[in-house]
Amino acid sequence: MRLTASDLAVRRSGRRIFSDLSFTLGPGEALMVTGRNGAGKSTLLALLAGRLKPDAGTIRVEDVGEATLAECLHVVGHRDGLKSPLTARENLAFARDLLGAPTAEPREALEELGLVHALDLPVAYLSAGQRRRVALARLLVCRRPLWLLDEPTAALDTASQAVLARLMARHLGEGGLVVAATHQSLGLENARELTIGGAAPAPRAAPATEVWW
Amino acid sequence: MVIRALAALVRRDLALAARVGGSGALSLVFFLMIVAVVPFALGPDLNLLSRIGPSILWLAAVLATLIGLDRLFQADEEDGSLDLMTGAPVPLELVVLAKVLAHWLTTGLPLALASPLFGLLVALDGTAMGATALTLLIGTPALTFVGAVGAALTASIRRGGLILAVVVLPLMIPTLIFGVSASQAASGGTVPFATPLIILAALSLIAAVIGTLAAAAALRWSE
Repeated sequence: MRLTASDLAVRRSGRRIFSDLSFTLGPGEALMVTGRNGAGKSTLLALLAGRLKPDAGTIRVEDVGEATLAECLHVVGHRDGLKSPLTARENLAFARDLLGAPTAEPREALEELGLVHALDLPVAYLSAGQRRRVALARLLVCRRPLWLLDEPTAALDTASQAVLARLMARHLGEGGLVVAATHQSLGLENARELTIGGAAPAPRAAPATEVWW
Repeated sequence: MVIRALAALVRRDLALAARVGGSGALSLVFFLMIVAVVPFALGPDLNLLSRIGPSILWLAAVLATLIGLDRLFQADEEDGSLDLMTGAPVPLELVVLAKVLAHWLTTGLPLALASPLFGLLVALDGTAMGATALTLLIGTPALTFVGAVGAALTASIRRGGLILAVVVLPLMIPTLIFGVSASQAASGGTVPFATPLIILAALSLIAAVIGTLAAAAALRWSE
């Protein structure tokens, strides 16, 4: 598939996050989104995932047949989409059945991430890094060409970061696409970098986002 | 593939309701508490109790339905599962339908099945017991579907339970009226039992269509 974003602009609560953002991503290409905290990295991923609508600009996908963009992508972010009372196996089996196009059993996916011993443990018992690895295992249980990763290395140990780098390299080798918001190198060769936002703005009072109830 | 995805969704929500912290038993216990406390408040007048028994059961059912409704979409919105569902190759309306069905199976259905037992507490005779259970079986889907719209509207509001109740309760009143009148018509009165029962069934069907569409629209809008 090919992903084209042109002149994206977005506002949240009346504040402009970024504007005039354009990029193209073809098969086997990776995009590292960098920028200071609050620059809009997660916002860009939310736009691509279809959770937010851009104020201006367009996002187009080509060569995916009749599928919509939301049906072509995997998201792994801060909200990991795992249910704590369910076991890792149940969580992964649910994701596989819901998203369709299964490629691996939950056991195989967890084996790749070195977490097979947690297969039948409720996710609530796992540490933050182990939870993240279960969420990453979702990338393997069914095939989707575009991976949207929001700080995928957060809470991961160095060994798991290497595993993630290998998985991403393999996905790119199979013609997949990766868009990752990150603060550190993900160990990918020839990944392009997109930096959002310039210098940090002058500090000002944060708008009241918390409603009274 | 659509069937497979929806079956996975229903299976997951049923498993979640059965695990620790699930809302399955909560509304049933709440139902039992209301029904058990009312006779103490009214005193030992069995005739009075059996006359207003169906109303008490229906009132308790409406209030018990409100418990746990606020988590219907909110729990999935908080942990990101909702993003997973919007990415599924299934229309969001069907996702909502599957989730509401699972919710009804864990709250409305046990309530209807347990109501003959609870009818003993309010001195119902056999006919009234059966009629009330039947009306609850037919009427609680309407309550759940109406509630789903409120649950979808308040999905992204933390502690939105109060708003949910205020928004949804007025919309549940028609169901309450016809539910109670059907169960009372079974044990005497001038109206035949079937008339309010058919209207109740119609309310459930209408709520199923409008509730599903409206809840899906509310979820899309809140994104």
